[in-house]
Amino acid sequence: MIKYDLAVVGGGPAGMAAALEAHKCGVNKIIILERAETLGGILEQCIHTGFGLHYFGEELSGPEYADRFIEQLKDTNIDVKTDTMVLDISQSNVVTAVNKTDGLLQIDATAVVLAMGCRERPRGALSIAGTRASGIMTAGTAQKYVNIDGYMPGKEIVILGSGDIGLIMARRMTLEGAHVKMVCELMPYSGGLTRNIVQCLDDFGIPLKLSTTVIETHGKERLEGVTIAKVDAHNQPIKGTEEYVPCDTLMLSVGLIPENELTKGIGIAMDPVTNGAVVTEMRETDHPGVFACGNVLQVHDLVDYVTMEAQIAGRGAAAYIQDKAAFENAEYISTTPGNGVRYIVPQKMNIHSREDIKLYFRVSAVYKNAKVVLEADGKVISSKKKVKLAPGEMENVTVPADVIASLAKDSTVCVRVEE
Amino acid sequence: MFSEVFAMSYDVAVIGAGVIGAMTARLLSSYRLKTVLVEKTNDVAMGASKANSAIVHAGFDAMPGTMKAKLNVQGCAMMPTVCKELSVPYKNNGSLVVAFSDEEMSTIHELYERGQKNGVPQLSVIDRETLRALEPNISPEAKGALLAKSAGIVCPYELTIAATENAVSNGVDFRRNAGVTSIEDKDGVFTLKTTDGDIQAKYIIDAAGCHSDDIARMLGDDSVSLVVRAGEYYVLDRSVGDTVSHTIFQCPTAMGKGILVTPTVDGNLLIGPTAKDIPEKDNVATTAQGLETVRTLAMKSVPCVSVRSAITSFTGLRAHPTTDDFIIGASKVNNRLILAAGIESPGLSSAPAAAVAIVNALFEAMGGEADKNPVYNPIREEPVRFRHLSDEERAALIAKNPAYGRIICRCETITEGEIIDAIHAPAGARDVDGIKRRTRAGMGRCQGGFCGSKVVEILARELKKPENEITKFGGHSNILFDKTK
Amino acid sequence: MKKNLTCVACPLGCSITVELDDGGNILSVTGNTCKRGDAYARTEMTNPTRSLTSTVKVSGGAHPVVPVKSAAPVPKSMLFDCMKEINQVTLQAPVKIGQVVIQNILGTGVDIVTTNGC
Repeated sequence: MIKYDLAVVGGGPAGMAAALEAHKCGVNKIIILERAETLGGILEQCIHTGFGLHYFGEELSGPEYADRFIEQLKDTNIDVKTDTMVLDISQSNVVTAVNKTDGLLQIDATAVVLAMGCRERPRGALSIAGTRASGIMTAGTAQKYVNIDGYMPGKEIVILGSGDIGLIMARRMTLEGAHVKMVCELMPYSGGLTRNIVQCLDDFGIPLKLSTTVIETHGKERLEGVTIAKVDAHNQPIKGTEEYVPCDTLMLSVGLIPENELTKGIGIAMDPVTNGAVVTEMRETDHPGVFACGNVLQVHDLVDYVTMEAQIAGRGAAAYIQDKAAFENAEYISTTPGNGVRYIVPQKMNIHSREDIKLYFRVSAVYKNAKVVLEADGKVISSKKKVKLAPGEMENVTVPADVIASLAKDSTVCVRVEE
Repeated sequence: MFSEVFAMSYDVAVIGAGVIGAMTARLLSSYRLKTVLVEKTNDVAMGASKANSAIVHAGFDAMPGTMKAKLNVQGCAMMPTVCKELSVPYKNNGSLVVAFSDEEMSTIHELYERGQKNGVPQLSVIDRETLRALEPNISPEAKGALLAKSAGIVCPYELTIAATENAVSNGVDFRRNAGVTSIEDKDGVFTLKTTDGDIQAKYIIDAAGCHSDDIARMLGDDSVSLVVRAGEYYVLDRSVGDTVSHTIFQCPTAMGKGILVTPTVDGNLLIGPTAKDIPEKDNVATTAQGLETVRTLAMKSVPCVSVRSAITSFTGLRAHPTTDDFIIGASKVNNRLILAAGIESPGLSSAPAAAVAIVNALFEAMGGEADKNPVYNPIREEPVRFRHLSDEERAALIAKNPAYGRIICRCETITEGEIIDAIHAPAGARDVDGIKRRTRAGMGRCQGGFCGSKVVEILARELKKPENEITKFGGHSNILFDKTK
Repeated sequence: MKKNLTCVACPLGCSITVELDDGGNILSVTGNTCKRGDAYARTEMTNPTRSLTSTVKVSGGAHPVVPVKSAAPVPKSMLFDCMKEINQVTLQAPVKIGQVVIQNILGTGVDIVTTNGC
């Protein structure tokens, strides 16, 4: 058993930023455990640019964004173990991990930051009928094949789901010489950023078919085609709208699921909407000393927000390591998603917090010229006009420190959309 | 020189590496016979044996006096020992046939009587309260059930893989990608023309599943009459694997045993199958309608079953004999052709006993039993299953071979070492699905999203092939095209 | 005449309206939240440009390819011609991040640089 102040599970953007922030706050013995061969997480295969505008004020590619943090880590005494898989975290925050060189590692950590990221929703979860041919894969898997392994995973491509990875892959495959026939989206709106629709689809004349889904796959060995159909308001295929589209590849970009197997293993309370842990404004879960941040907590649209959230968790973990007693005195109230708001992170906030608390949330539908209203105890604290609100884009609103100071144990804080 | 020329000449050729072919080949390997197991696809268990209900039936379904009835009851009794020898997970979880009406209760009593006649042990009819106590998640509409304590669950492809491995270790040759296109019979020797060259054998065992009629016809025997019946299933995540502990059947109809809800030996929940006769023999596509049927009917037995936790769906094909009974025995047209056809459900349950019946039929055709293989070893060692080991065992294993320290499949905790073992095992994996069936890599929640590319990489490295030659399941099911540049 | 654009300069994706006179001259740019948006709208009307990212071959590295980007946006109409140039290159490992792979690609004045090591 090795003793560490802080064990960070995951060496992607969240894990690295959390570790660096904790280090900056004076935490001495920190270890990052990363399952891949290198640090950086999914950024390593996201070779497109668009990362870092908020955080660094410049537009970086995924590997470049990751590299900024990897370089910073080199200047610290933070221990990093790559190719290392965490198998279990005990009730007393003992982290069990495995790798080729150390074998089985047991780390007794005062605090743990969970930063395992998320995975893509696979085909099975969709119940698409048809054959089990090869050539049906998630957009992220295809991205790894083309960007890291240097192989074409397809030539005639249909993409289901207009999440950002799907859109990015439409452009990526087109530039590498593939023919992307269309992107189908079940919902009447895209799940991705508008700019990605413009520069990944419109630029290349790739049609985006809204309210459309793939209902069947064809082909015994390699995929030979898919049947698409329009869907009604209940997302059910409309008879008579079926269309056969020949293709050798179906890429799925139909949602991301936080990877919370370890979190659930500890018995941490989960939010059924985010599929992440329920956390406080410090990003502490309901298990003392265990924090969560990044896509394992909630699926983010921008890595910049991941970094910022991870820094909050890193500061939280440092505070916990340095003064556990303060955590015991906290009194929490819940943040309530109101009309048009799907969820809020953090789900709980400490009414003794002396700092502003930023509430991150997603809306449940597309709104135009709507207002984001923050209420405390039924009183409007702020009301901000928004030209456009979309489920694909994460929003935030700040609860000022003076408002928090006025809250009591039975206070309510609510965010809602007003049309 | 002599042996080289005749290297392709065998005493027995078993056509079809499904559970019946594999179990038969294993039994043949306990005799002094040169046996070849001939398979048209890239792996074993690629037909009905990879896609069925994974149930060891107790044996009350089949009509008394049929081969199905006899072999099922015998096979069910043999299964625990066979699985132990082959290190295949088996669980004696018992089964329940649930009745939802008085009419169905009388069917339950009929099944009980039939079971008694068939010699099924530990059968009883239970009332609603006992049923609810056994299975709290069962529908409140249930009136009662037939409890069969001898029933169990087993993984059908693991059994097939293990039996083939054991057969190969005992001297059987395994020929994959060798689809039989025609058979000649000259001077007491068959020549099987296959997609991978000629194979000669004195005797043929036709265990070709849905294609056993085609094989028989190649030798002029058109007595095998099959209908291909498709069944669709859902596999649900392990998080709901304990919804029921017994295998829950509905009352049988003419088309089969209805939709079942059952735990699997791997801890998932399996629901299905539908039953639909199809004209096309290899069509394993799922249909929107079929999946819908599974969803609705499964909820009739267990209302809380939801496909929200589905991780995959699949279609299995059953070779339904129009006679409604297994066809085992020498062909009337050519007595060196031993038929092992129409082995639909309860084929998996019957497999150990069916192998005995098939080999007995062979010996009858040979005019006597062959000599025993003095070095036959019925034991197939259990492959490393990292996820089942204690921390101490894990540490020791990695110290011995670091490849066990690298997790490839994070959902199922499968190591690189296990994948390498699966490739180099007797009749080992050659494709991504083969790795999945042998190790469970890619079988979990992400369905290979993360580990798929790593499995391709390991297969390419170990088989010394470029990555774009690696397939999902043989044939042209390649995963990658050319290099990007 | 008015033209509506979605700014691609950053993930905000502002909806920008460009007002043009009959001769195609820009009269006004509205809806942008920053100067980059204004600049984007003006180039988009005259000479649209895009950042290009791809990979180049590496021999002897940990991976067969390494990611690259155009150090600045290149004309949109030249994306596929640039790809042809990029696909010709093979680097020798070790490759460093920020290494120039192609100088002044197709006379655009823009360099192609690596965005990771290998």
